[in-house]
Amino acid sequence: MGTRGKLVAAVVVACAYLAAVVLALAFVAGAGLEGQDRAVVDALLDRRLGALVMVFCFACVFMFLMLRAAHGFLVQPLARAAEEAVAMVEQPATRLGLHGSGELQALAVAVNRLADQRQRHDAEIETRVRAANAAADADRNRFAVLMSELAQGVIVCNMDGRVLLYNRRARALFAGSSAQGMAALGLGRSIYGLFDRHLIGYALEHIEARGGGHRHFVSVTEAGRLLRVLVAPIPEAGGDAADAGKPRCSGYMTMIEDMTESFDSESARDQLLQDLTESSRGPVGSLRAAAETLHDYGDMSAEERQRFLAVVRDEAERIALRVEAAARSFAAVLKSRWPLEEMLGADLLTAARRRIAERCEIPVSLEEVDAGLWLKVDGFSLLQAMSYFALRLHDEYGIRELRLRLTRDGEMACLDLIWSGVFMSTETVMNWELDPMNLSGETSPLTVRDIVERNGGEVWFQRDHAAYRAYFRFLLPAFSGQGGSAPLLATVDSRPEFYDFDLFRDEETDLALEDRLLAQLSYTVFDTETTGLNPSEGDEIIQIGAVRIVNRRLLRHEAYEQLIDPQRSLPAASVKIHGIGADMLAGQPSIGQVLPIFRAFVADTVLVAHNAAFDMRFLELKEAATGVRFDRPVLDTFLLSAVLFPNQETHRLEAIAERLGVSVLGRHTAVGDAIVTAEVFLKMLPLLAEKGIRSLGEARAASEKTFHARIRY
Amino acid sequence: MATKILIADDEPNIVISLEFLLKREGYEVVVAHDGVQALAQVRAERPDLAILDVMMPNRNGFEVCQDLRQDPEFKTMRIMMLTAKGRDTEVSKGLALGADVYMTKPFATRDLLAKVKALLERA
Repeated sequence: MGTRGKLVAAVVVACAYLAAVVLALAFVAGAGLEGQDRAVVDALLDRRLGALVMVFCFACVFMFLMLRAAHGFLVQPLARAAEEAVAMVEQPATRLGLHGSGELQALAVAVNRLADQRQRHDAEIETRVRAANAAADADRNRFAVLMSELAQGVIVCNMDGRVLLYNRRARALFAGSSAQGMAALGLGRSIYGLFDRHLIGYALEHIEARGGGHRHFVSVTEAGRLLRVLVAPIPEAGGDAADAGKPRCSGYMTMIEDMTESFDSESARDQLLQDLTESSRGPVGSLRAAAETLHDYGDMSAEERQRFLAVVRDEAERIALRVEAAARSFAAVLKSRWPLEEMLGADLLTAARRRIAERCEIPVSLEEVDAGLWLKVDGFSLLQAMSYFALRLHDEYGIRELRLRLTRDGEMACLDLIWSGVFMSTETVMNWELDPMNLSGETSPLTVRDIVERNGGEVWFQRDHAAYRAYFRFLLPAFSGQGGSAPLLATVDSRPEFYDFDLFRDEETDLALEDRLLAQLSYTVFDTETTGLNPSEGDEIIQIGAVRIVNRRLLRHEAYEQLIDPQRSLPAASVKIHGIGADMLAGQPSIGQVLPIFRAFVADTVLVAHNAAFDMRFLELKEAATGVRFDRPVLDTFLLSAVLFPNQETHRLEAIAERLGVSVLGRHTAVGDAIVTAEVFLKMLPLLAEKGIRSLGEARAASEKTFHARIRY
Repeated sequence: MATKILIADDEPNIVISLEFLLKREGYEVVVAHDGVQALAQVRAERPDLAILDVMMPNRNGFEVCQDLRQDPEFKTMRIMMLTAKGRDTEVSKGLALGADVYMTKPFATRDLLAKVKALLERA
């Protein structure tokens, strides 16, 4: 009811009240009047009725005027003020007008002051937020520039080894933009596709044992590049620095350097040095012996003298040629080293003991350990070598117990792998040194000899007849001096300032895939172009395009696109659709070559396609021939559209894109369609959530219920 | 009976000098040109001292040395190793495998003769 309505109602009520009062007075005055009295009153009323009604009417009019004045003075200004206050919520610049009574005006002034204050606060907060955002953007830009300009590759992972960040250089190191490289390095992918899980595990264990710092290891890429990798744990944000206990880690960073060239040049330099020293020793030895003999035995016969002079001439010439050759090939060489690290010998033994016990299931005990002995070695490769020997001893000679011993021998350290009871021929064991190591299915191109040489040591097999036992002795360079390099991150007392993305949160990986939330899964959205629509009648895939979605982000730069030679004719009708001519397909790989790579690209993701049944049918039909099985769960945007918009006539990709406000560019290239499909899919996620479809299992169940799910190819 | 010494080296130019020197010192000298030949010569000629080069074809000096030391018959035979590799680790390996003396090329002929003499005079 408006204020006017209220006014009318108030007037009516007031007049009615007045009438009621007059009637009540008349009743009280008239009650109990008898006979003559009553006649007098009646006569009086009859005569004065007109005047009485007049008085009553005047009273009513007066009431109306009074009420109207009060309404104008009190109620109306209040209603206006209320409206103005509502407007003020939306428009902070609006103020209440000063109307009505003095009390009301005082209230309006107070409200206006509150509004002023609020406006000032808002402005202040906005300024601060803007400054903070600007600072954050600047940090982020600086960080991005730093990352992209770094000469080293950087990959950051969470503790599960999922890649959270990588830079351009890292991507270039891992096969650039090739399909294999894409399959190996990407956000959300496992870093263990790039590096041996044990290498990283070993590095992290070692860092933990030392209470911080970083560690290097060497790895080789598929393409044969030799990489030097630094691993450093990333302390958990908000961790209490004062807590002297173990700092908790939220992930780790790897910095990668390509040392192929420097290593090659170092090998070349080593070779040169060896040429100049070791292989000169023989000729110099012969020369010296001959010269000294000539000098010391002047009484020799002329014929003997001639023989010795010939030796001198021959050997001098050989040495001259060798020096000449060395000088020629002594090109400028870069200084680089194998990552030999100082480590406490006892640490290496403890690690070896655990590793051998785990790998070979042989009990290992420590015998005599020089606790103060530091080594300068590549610990990981040495562990590999020891485990390899242990495994062969166990497998081939049934050795059931091993002992480890570490003693000092001058500048060298003796690391012994000891067993008792069984002796084998020296020749057998010498061959172990030269076989490529094979450790429970993992074959290394290196031999134990390679490893020992890399570590600047020697290895041999020795018997201890008295104690009825035998051992392998690794003679390794000891390291004198202070042990260990300074920890890099151990003393970091605040989180790194340049980096604050929400990347390290734990995923609910314990849940079964079906129960995981759609928003948290990683997807490969793909599309194929084909020679026709009938896969079971010989139509073939001629192009696959795919993009990835990780953490609800479409990763356009991690796209995959591949043309495929269908090894059959190309119908003209299909060329009109996809515009791919036979000339473009000549020389492209076959489906059998492509599918294993594509399979690696989609690893650990959920597949998404528009009308997926069609694309999946093509892939299924190739399963027998290629042996490549696509068994990841599949979502279909066609069916999801039917779930979301059951009353629409069409669920074509263009129609859905238009409905969801996705612009369509580059249709009918496989990657173009994959991108549109991915964008559509991302728009669908919140709509599905509104319908209570949140998990993968729910989405699949809802899809299957739609009518369209019955289409078969 | 003259003291017999085996020289096992595949490098003829050093053999010339060693053979001449040792003969002049009054030793009887037997020569082998690789590892297999050296083992055969030791068994056939039973020398008092074997001078083994490390880098030899077929079987290297380390292997010959280790084989000989496993045979109780040659447990006490003197063995001197000559090598063109001078690394400490190799010296240690040679001595660990049973060589009595380890000499690195190039060596002084006088030193060599003195070492041979000392070895043979040792009881």
